[in-house]
Amino acid sequence: MAPVTRKGTAAIVGPGNIGTDLMFKLMRRSDIIEPRYMIGVDPASDGLRRAKSVGLEASHEGVDWLLAQDELPDIVFECTSAKAHSANAPRYAEAGILAVDLTPAAVGPYICPPVNLEFNLDAMNVNMITCGGQATTPMVRAVADVVPVPYAEIVASISSKSAGPGTRANIDEFTETTSEALEVVGGAEHGKAIIILNPVEPPLMMRNSVFCAIPPEAAEPGDLQDKILDSIHRMVERVQDYVPGYHLRAAVQFDHARELWRGMGRVFIPIEVKGRGDYLPDYAGNLDIITAAAARVGDLMLAHKFGVETTWKSSADLGDTPDPITVITEKAGV
Amino acid sequence: MGDMQIRPEDVPVVTTEVTESEVRDHLETPGGPADLRITDSTLRDGSHAMAHQYTEEQVRGVVSALDRAGVQVIEVSHGDGLGGSSFNYGFSKVDEFDLIKAAVEEAKQAKIAILMLPGLGTVHHLKKAHAMGASVARIATHCTEADVSIQHFGAARDLGMETVGFLMLSHRASPAVLAQQARIMVDAGCQCVYVVDSAGALLLDTAQERIKAVIDEIGHEAQVGFHGHQNLSMGVANSVLAYRAGALQIDGALCALGAGAGNSPTEVLAATFERLGIRTGLDLGEVLSAAEDVVRPFIPRLPWMDRASITQGYAGVYSSFLLHAERAADRYGVAAHEILQRVGDLGYVGGQEDMIIDIALQLQQEQELGDLAGAGVR
Repeated sequence: MAPVTRKGTAAIVGPGNIGTDLMFKLMRRSDIIEPRYMIGVDPASDGLRRAKSVGLEASHEGVDWLLAQDELPDIVFECTSAKAHSANAPRYAEAGILAVDLTPAAVGPYICPPVNLEFNLDAMNVNMITCGGQATTPMVRAVADVVPVPYAEIVASISSKSAGPGTRANIDEFTETTSEALEVVGGAEHGKAIIILNPVEPPLMMRNSVFCAIPPEAAEPGDLQDKILDSIHRMVERVQDYVPGYHLRAAVQFDHARELWRGMGRVFIPIEVKGRGDYLPDYAGNLDIITAAAARVGDLMLAHKFGVETTWKSSADLGDTPDPITVITEKAGV
Repeated sequence: MGDMQIRPEDVPVVTTEVTESEVRDHLETPGGPADLRITDSTLRDGSHAMAHQYTEEQVRGVVSALDRAGVQVIEVSHGDGLGGSSFNYGFSKVDEFDLIKAAVEEAKQAKIAILMLPGLGTVHHLKKAHAMGASVARIATHCTEADVSIQHFGAARDLGMETVGFLMLSHRASPAVLAQQARIMVDAGCQCVYVVDSAGALLLDTAQERIKAVIDEIGHEAQVGFHGHQNLSMGVANSVLAYRAGALQIDGALCALGAGAGNSPTEVLAATFERLGIRTGLDLGEVLSAAEDVVRPFIPRLPWMDRASITQGYAGVYSSFLLHAERAADRYGVAAHEILQRVGDLGYVGGQEDMIIDIALQLQQEQELGDLAGAGVR
């Protein structure tokens, strides 16, 4: 394919923690996407101020303002709430703007980069599930690639500080969307998702427990169990490619089949996600994992639109870079 | 359910200033006027102690006995609330909605309450419980996270349910913070905010200060309740002090059947309040019979203050972690009370039962390293 000859512009709608972190990730990790607009509704927003300081056009007049601009963005990243995105989605589509949805609105198909990046690139709207979904569906998929998974359950524990008003107002949507993604993306027959907010200080790292019901023989040492472990470890590496702080907190645990589990055995996968600290502190791995996934997907969608190669930089490509804020401000010329 | 039932619109939600005695005069019960209302949680908090293995027959028996004793609100749900049946919290033997339906059929005067924790249960569960006949929605959050319950209070009120808010692990928040959180719930449509001592860690004054702070904040806009645990044997004493500070709803469970060392025993609450001249509207003889003749025979292990559950009270650990810690202790060859102490040190909250496995694995590793060191390996 042709080298990158032009950049696509992006608007970030929702200048909260997620929107701000995403802005920095797009600047660092994609050569195609140029973050141009940051959209909010509160003139006192810290995120709008910060976006302006690194060279974006920031407005507190919402999506109405954005859609009234002469130069519309090529792509919009929705970082508001499920309700807001459900209302905005048809307007973006009508204006011909691609949409990457970081709310649990689930208007477009669910995308989790290490699992189903080969999605239909002509889609106008894609959904990034939830932070918990980004962290756990790869593990369910890793198990389901080896044995049937009749039931998968995840518990996502996040620090209260990293749960913004959107997550709090959307907590039902979080559990429902994540549960469905465990089935649709993860490959489980039935999915169940639980989210816990913990206010303890210092804040806890994002922690996800993944439980999968597996055939009794797979819960016993042997070839099948080895295959499951291998599949899990390979998937962890694929996630680490864009979220370096993603790792197993302890060894994967297998439990013998039990009658109460309808005769199934169980595998328990403890995942911890340390944030990269592009903007947010390292305990906010929950935000890191969804913004990294959204930036990756956005880069791919624009590359497809322009007929060029994806410019996404993996963690390995970036290596040990200096303080991200320094990089960003240099790049933005401020 | 008969005409004696207090309909949601009749629940004393008072928006204008009235005196305390006027609020109390609303507490009419089948047993005559009462000074407070006891909610029995044998069939919800007790579900933890039963490892969520309640049968429909047991539920019918308990509801029938409580109903006869004049208990006005009976809570029925998985121990962790609607949707709690899971790997993490334990699967229910019988679907909780079947148990709720059976309880509704059995109750002649009592209302059936459900518990739900946002993040685990959803509005979908709430609607289903309502369709089964549950009429009181008790919505629980960690004591500093009340804002996740706003959509659920709204939904419960839309369904015409009476609403109760549960601020869990209340010892983890100062009285002032707890009062702010209670305000969030009341503004969302909560009609009674409970100070919930999930760890059995509140000690007399610290329980009463929290009740007072919440009442100072919400005044007569909603009632205040107290839910105690026996881990440090304070459940009943804290309940009396809560009443004296103005709480009008008190939770209990027959034979203390609840998580950790159990709840304030409903039969002890009934006897104690009667001796203090505080009217509960309960028939003491019937309550004692419900505990002794109906519940006690099916309990596999009476809740008790042993090393592990006392550690829960001492270290401030969510009571339902007890059986999970015991199981992990068995599986990994470590001590349950050491797991629980560490849960307290790390500040895990209700719902984080999965962390018990992490801790057990860490303790196991430390133990192995210690064994090696003891054997002279460096």
